[in-house]
Amino acid sequence: MTSTTISNAMKWFSRLYLTLIYLVLFAPILVMVVFSFNASKVGYTWAGFSLHWYYELFSNEAMIQAAINSVLLAVVAATVTTVIGSLTALSFQRYDFKGKSVLQSLLFVLMMSPEIVLAISLLALFLMIGIELGFVTLLLAHITFCLPFVVITVSARLASLDNSLLEAARDLGASEFTMIRTVLLPIILPAVLAGWVLAFTLSLDDVVVSTFNTGASFEILPLQIYSMVRVGVKPEVNAVGTILLGISLVGLLISQLLLLKKR
Amino acid sequence: MNKSILPNTAANLRNNGRLFQRVTLFVIWAWLIIFALIPNILVVLASFLTRDEDKFLALPVTIDNYLRFVDPLYVKVFLHSLSMASVTTIICLLLGYPFAWLVSRTSKRWQSFLMLLLIIPFWTNSLVRLYAVKLIMAANGLLSSALIGMGLINEPLQILYTEKAVIGGLVYLLFPFMVLPLYAVFTDLRQDIVLASKDLGANKFQTFWHVILPLTTPGIISGVLLVLLPAMGMFYVADILGGSRNLLVGNIIKSQFLDARDWPFGAAASVLLTLTMAILIAAYYASSKRIGKTDHNEVA
Repeated sequence: MTSTTISNAMKWFSRLYLTLIYLVLFAPILVMVVFSFNASKVGYTWAGFSLHWYYELFSNEAMIQAAINSVLLAVVAATVTTVIGSLTALSFQRYDFKGKSVLQSLLFVLMMSPEIVLAISLLALFLMIGIELGFVTLLLAHITFCLPFVVITVSARLASLDNSLLEAARDLGASEFTMIRTVLLPIILPAVLAGWVLAFTLSLDDVVVSTFNTGASFEILPLQIYSMVRVGVKPEVNAVGTILLGISLVGLLISQLLLLKKR
Repeated sequence: MNKSILPNTAANLRNNGRLFQRVTLFVIWAWLIIFALIPNILVVLASFLTRDEDKFLALPVTIDNYLRFVDPLYVKVFLHSLSMASVTTIICLLLGYPFAWLVSRTSKRWQSFLMLLLIIPFWTNSLVRLYAVKLIMAANGLLSSALIGMGLINEPLQILYTEKAVIGGLVYLLFPFMVLPLYAVFTDLRQDIVLASKDLGANKFQTFWHVILPLTTPGIISGVLLVLLPAMGMFYVADILGGSRNLLVGNIIKSQFLDARDWPFGAAASVLLTLTMAILIAAYYASSKRIGKTDHNEVA
């Protein structure tokens, strides 16, 4: 009897604790969505429903351009990273070569390095070589910090792979390249796509690396938002956030549907 | 006919594989050397050079940049910044450890749902989330109004632009990074070992201290690694929530590089951050190795 009351109490405590933490984690997001429809100019009080901040946002050309630039950057960075990262994961799984463990530790260290250290070290490199800061430097920097995450995502999938399928393909006369294209790629495609989405998100959300490696010629969204939130109250920030959240939720829904179809 | 083709195909196939392997390895090696290794060497070199107005760096080799960390002028700023990052890490650990344990004790379906919920906030731009946190924390903001409305307090809370706000913002953004590795070790924790400890007469505290805690130490260390380092570097959190007095190491590095143009000092600060990372990684390997051994012994 006492043990059941204890485990019951434990159950309720557990539920309460998890609920409280999730409430705190989601409170700011709720505030963001609700206040993006707020008519008030002050920002702290509710003054009725309005789409004012969305109109404001869509008439801000600098913001729209920055958003286009950001998406362009994230798409290119995620695509290049996914190609290099997936091939790297594949080499780790398929081949034994000299310096494999060195390469793996380099990637691990790269993933663990504080973002700000990566940011200034790349800035130093770009200034030394003499590349003008802008799209190219942002792209190189974003690919670099996304790379380890893609390698890990794809490696995880490859680790649980049935090797006999690949050997069968090779025994039946497929070249390494054909085998990868027709047998391996379809199997690991969900992980490759997941890696792409992860890299896309990381790139779109990055502030630290971009702050150091951007130039005036190429404005991007996170830095625009940064300059807005640093000074005072800018309710249109809530509208940007709500739109970004909406896009990610739709993206998630589509990817889940695709995965379900696969099965 | 098939027979005459076969050896040819086999040779082709091997060449194909080798070429593919070579190209891939060349690209990844080149990328990591150019964009990870060389830049880091540049930073280490820069930290031993002297500041220069025009070219950022000048020659006399010196350790002055490191000595400045013990200069009373900077010691206070650095200690304050380190204490904010440490408190953030401790709060994340104290909240995240039971959180990860409780999640790992739910059914499989609930586990994947709860972990998904934990990651959803990441899809909202972190700056926008911080802006919402600011709306909540401000003196005339939502939290104060709500508490005053309920009659719990009489005066608005003064949180925004204090170190409490910076720590709160950091905990809010970094909490999931503490939970993810902890959740991983709790799901790997073998219940038979925990039960064995109880059967052998250990009480709850002894089981926790001698069995569960050592087995989850690698998760604790990687959680600390994933929280402490960003908590030192995320300059925008201090910028948005902290005002001018509550700076993180990241703010110091940033201002040395972008405003004060004192690259050698900024580089020295980043070398120290990297060393902190190295120590934590070494601790992680040491602890997981020790567990690997005990695990092995128990199985044998």
